[in-house]
Amino acid sequence: MSTPYAKLPAWADYGLIPLINLAVAFIVAGLVVLLVGENPFRAAVILVEGAFGRGQGIAYTLFYATNFIFTGLAVAVAMHAGLFNIGGEGQAYVAGLGVGLVCLALDRVVPWYVTFPFAIAGAAVFGAAWAFVPAYLQARRGSHIVITTIMFNMIAASLMIYVLRDILKPEAMQEVKTRMLEAGAQLPRLNWIIELFGTAKIRSAPFNVSFLLALVMAYLVWLLIWRTKLGYEIRTFGFSQKAARYAGISEVRVTIIAMLISGALAGMMSINAIMGDQHSVYVDLAGGAGFIGIAVALMGRAHPVGIILASILFGMLYQGGAELSFEMPAISRDMIVIIQGLVILFAGALEHMFRPYIQTLFASISPKSVGLAAVKGEGA
Amino acid sequence: MSFFDVIIQTLDSTIRLSVPLLLACLAGLYSERSGIFDIGLEGKMLAAAFAGAAAASVFHSAWIGLGMAILVSVSLALVHGFASITHRGNQIVSGLAINFVAAGSTIILGQAWFQQGGRTPALAPNERFEAIKLPGADALRDVPIFGPIYSELISGHSLLVYVAFLAVPFTWWVLFRTRFGLRLRAVGENPAAVDTAGISVAWLRYRAVICTGILTAIAGAYLSMVQSGGFVKDMTAGKGYIALAALIFAKWRPVNAMFACLLFGFLDALAIRLQGAPLPIIGKVPVQLMQALPYILTVILLAGFIGKAIPPRAGGVPYVKER
Amino acid sequence: MAEAAIELIGINKSFGAVRANRDINLEIARGTIHGIVGENGAGKSTLMSILYGFYQADSGEIRVNGKPAAIKSSNDAIATGIGMVHQHFMLVDNFTVLENIILGAESDALLKSSIAKARSELERLEREYGLEVEPDAIIEELPVGLQQRVEILKALYRGAEILILDEPTGVLTPAEADHLFRILRQLKDQGKTIVLITHKLREIMAITDSVSVMRQGTMVATRETKQTTVEELAELMVGRRVLLRVEKGEAKAGEVKLSVKNLVVKDQRGVTMVDDVSFDVRAGEIVGIAGVAGNGQSELLEAISGIRKAVSGSVTLDGRPIDLTGAADPGELRQRGLAHVPEDRHHVGLVLAFEENENSILGYHNDKRYLKGPLLDVDAIMADAKDKIEKYDIRPANPRLRTANFSGGNQQKIVLAREIEQDPGVLIVGQPTRGVDVGAIEFIHKRLIAMRDQGKAVLLVSVELDEIRSLSDRILVMFAGRVVGERGPEASEGELGLLMAGVEQKEAAE
Repeated sequence: MSTPYAKLPAWADYGLIPLINLAVAFIVAGLVVLLVGENPFRAAVILVEGAFGRGQGIAYTLFYATNFIFTGLAVAVAMHAGLFNIGGEGQAYVAGLGVGLVCLALDRVVPWYVTFPFAIAGAAVFGAAWAFVPAYLQARRGSHIVITTIMFNMIAASLMIYVLRDILKPEAMQEVKTRMLEAGAQLPRLNWIIELFGTAKIRSAPFNVSFLLALVMAYLVWLLIWRTKLGYEIRTFGFSQKAARYAGISEVRVTIIAMLISGALAGMMSINAIMGDQHSVYVDLAGGAGFIGIAVALMGRAHPVGIILASILFGMLYQGGAELSFEMPAISRDMIVIIQGLVILFAGALEHMFRPYIQTLFASISPKSVGLAAVKGEGA
Repeated sequence: MSFFDVIIQTLDSTIRLSVPLLLACLAGLYSERSGIFDIGLEGKMLAAAFAGAAAASVFHSAWIGLGMAILVSVSLALVHGFASITHRGNQIVSGLAINFVAAGSTIILGQAWFQQGGRTPALAPNERFEAIKLPGADALRDVPIFGPIYSELISGHSLLVYVAFLAVPFTWWVLFRTRFGLRLRAVGENPAAVDTAGISVAWLRYRAVICTGILTAIAGAYLSMVQSGGFVKDMTAGKGYIALAALIFAKWRPVNAMFACLLFGFLDALAIRLQGAPLPIIGKVPVQLMQALPYILTVILLAGFIGKAIPPRAGGVPYVKER
Repeated sequence: MAEAAIELIGINKSFGAVRANRDINLEIARGTIHGIVGENGAGKSTLMSILYGFYQADSGEIRVNGKPAAIKSSNDAIATGIGMVHQHFMLVDNFTVLENIILGAESDALLKSSIAKARSELERLEREYGLEVEPDAIIEELPVGLQQRVEILKALYRGAEILILDEPTGVLTPAEADHLFRILRQLKDQGKTIVLITHKLREIMAITDSVSVMRQGTMVATRETKQTTVEELAELMVGRRVLLRVEKGEAKAGEVKLSVKNLVVKDQRGVTMVDDVSFDVRAGEIVGIAGVAGNGQSELLEAISGIRKAVSGSVTLDGRPIDLTGAADPGELRQRGLAHVPEDRHHVGLVLAFEENENSILGYHNDKRYLKGPLLDVDAIMADAKDKIEKYDIRPANPRLRTANFSGGNQQKIVLAREIEQDPGVLIVGQPTRGVDVGAIEFIHKRLIAMRDQGKAVLLVSVELDEIRSLSDRILVMFAGRVVGERGPEASEGELGLLMAGVEQKEAAE
């Protein structure tokens, strides 16, 4: 996705415009709150308190953020290659099978830290595999990757229900899921870190080691995109296919590799859900995180730091939203889905709506900062 | 129950299950034929289902319900138009956003207004589009073969079912027999040709997305006011995406769209009917495979292994007057 | 002289900082064929797009048949009786001829009667002007000549009295072009006014009554065709520019570095753009390829640099073959010492969103010097970029600045520095000074001469005849995909201009 190159200072481009877009999204969301007869300001206060007020809240916020960091990074890597991976949801879901198989095989045999690397590999391989077919079809046969990844989300849903219900579910169990995973597949919680800051004892929050994995992956994605040859090729291809061709970069190779990495990252989200929280593989384990990844990546400008911040914001909405629904029964957690949609709308589809106004504003303050001098005397 | 009855019943539920797909698919056809991709069919349908059922139960009128469904769905379509036509935004991103806004707000508003866990109150008969008995349906019921076909398969559906099937020839007629259709098809293929012919590309595309809004509204109204007696959260359950698949499968043509939707509806009906029971010859087919089949078939089609689905040439690309 | 059908008075139009039209005045008599010539980018198409309402002039007045006309859209133009045949046809490819003709001019909300009316009207037009086409044929199945005829019919169907044709023969075979001219004469005889935009002087001489010459956005002259010559027009078109003669010594041409034999290249539509071209470039010489844009030079460069697959022909680099019809890729060619400064630096030679230092390795990012294992060696890249910035005086001297924020001249220096500093044996260069300020032009020219003097082989493609003449040791002229002549650097502008206009080729053929 090419954006018109900057005629604004970087801080306006990467800071001001996303903030304005975000603010508009929240204002519209506030109108929805008004519509259901509640006070949006009070709602905001409850939300923030719910997310950060107590240790328990913070732990949950970070637990949810973990999911979104993975899926956000997944969307971002594809985005850098100019590809829109809308299939993170399916990739994460199918990756849950990879994680599940590893865990079911190892959880009674070895401790968690032995299972963990295998589970990461399982998630990555299954997630990447689910992204491979759409990638291949785009690169080699010209099928639109957006449509194929949507289709693959739906196919993943059917496939996983079949596998869970007909193959993995123990006979005796009512619920459609695998047996409970034992200690060897349960990731240690990290709640103690938050308790170090003097909060009260956190009882049940599933904030766990996969958060650290997410941070490592964010660093690795940064390294990949901005510090490796492959990342250089991915970005070149994403910005200009003609320049990539000129530089001898293979379209097929970049498309497929970027999507494999994207699928693998999305897949790792399932580790948090399975090994960190539910300790089983269950229906709809991705729970929409694949789609939130799109909002997160758009808001975070496809940069790992931005993605971590945006993920924490969405984690906060998730956790605070849960609290909010206790205080204001009219507002359930589905409020987040609206906000997510509005963020995608204003930070994505209407990304440039306010840009002309801001450019005019900047031009009237200081013409130089808008880069007018640079384009002077040059053919378009 | 005789084998014949089973067939009639399966076909009858095929029709019922295809109707929302068909309406949404035709809706998408208008938009995509004009060069605006729309993955937001799902969201518009959902919002319309909610608005329809909510208004019908409040105002005790199916027609007011339908009107409200259209109002809401068209508004969302216009948001999509604003983003993708006026602001030349990414059409995929915009469609996706609408799906989320619809998914969230139907639940929030439903809960706030009706306090029934996201449902709308059960609709009374006059608040729904009731089944219509075609003349002579009862009299002919006992005629062998033809009787059941007429009285069960053809007669006894809601008004919206007939609307859906009449929308097929109507859409065909609009597309291929009217000035509007000619321009609509042209703007999806080569907007520059339309522009130089002195026609406004933006206005034409806006009209197309309005058509999309109206038809998705009827699809949504069918779900909440015919198929079930009220709105249930997330009741579209991916039907918008199946409709999208059907549209590709139909190669963006109305009559093909009807057959694609009937096929996908039939697969659904069969899956429900069989519930995992073995089929003759093939043996036991997992229900999930039947559910996934529309998507799998579409992927195979897109990959160019069975024919080639060529989308409108200007589809997905914002029109910029070139220098 | 007959009454004026069109008068343009003081037309100005800018795109950003580029002044595409400056104070244009023009009068075209009714019932004549008027040619507008000029090089690419001279502003001809912009002017005609203003007349057709596709763009709005920033200032100036348009009069049609003596009356001021406010043409704000194509619709207004059509209503005023102006029709246009665009260079790239404005047809819907999967529609029939009739559908294309009525699009936007339907007589009725239903197609049936519109089509019926159009069918009979079309028959009348076909009879009147000898413009036969099958009304129910699908456009994409028609040859381009017939597609163009549909465009003309479209304009006539809308009642056009004034017909603008933008580079109409660019896509036509000579026979099709001759047929088009017969049609145009017939239209003129029926009283229509025709404006013909072209850069082909032969056509101007053959068919127009009067001709105007545009150069760099201004209207430099208007002549009666009978009272002018191809030589005069060529000179007016190219202009007597300040010669930027570069000091250079005698070329010491050595062994053949790059040899091209019988190269054939087609574009994506399957039209042959490079037709059986052969030449050698030796060490220590600059070979310039002159020609009006669109005569196959771009495709030639793309093929030699491995960006575009060639259809047939053989090319050797340092005596060893390169497989241009198959596996050759730009990366491999770079490794073998072929560097390429592409014509389009904005979309091909640079990634504008990148920082300067990132662009300084584009295409050479596989080079070990810039890598530490799989990682980019950021320090080495930065040091290298700084080094090039200094050597090539790139301003501002900031390797972290976004490339889009450099001026055209400095952007070009970034590309040039990257390609030259790799010390390639062969350098191919397209339009090295397009959109570049005068100071940078001199610098770039000196660099290219220095390359030559170091014994490199340089292949230069430029539409700037001056540049070709001042840099090249040998000049090849391309016309319609072929090399139509070779001249020394002493060849006169007029002589080269005629070759570029395809005049000699035509004479030789007859």
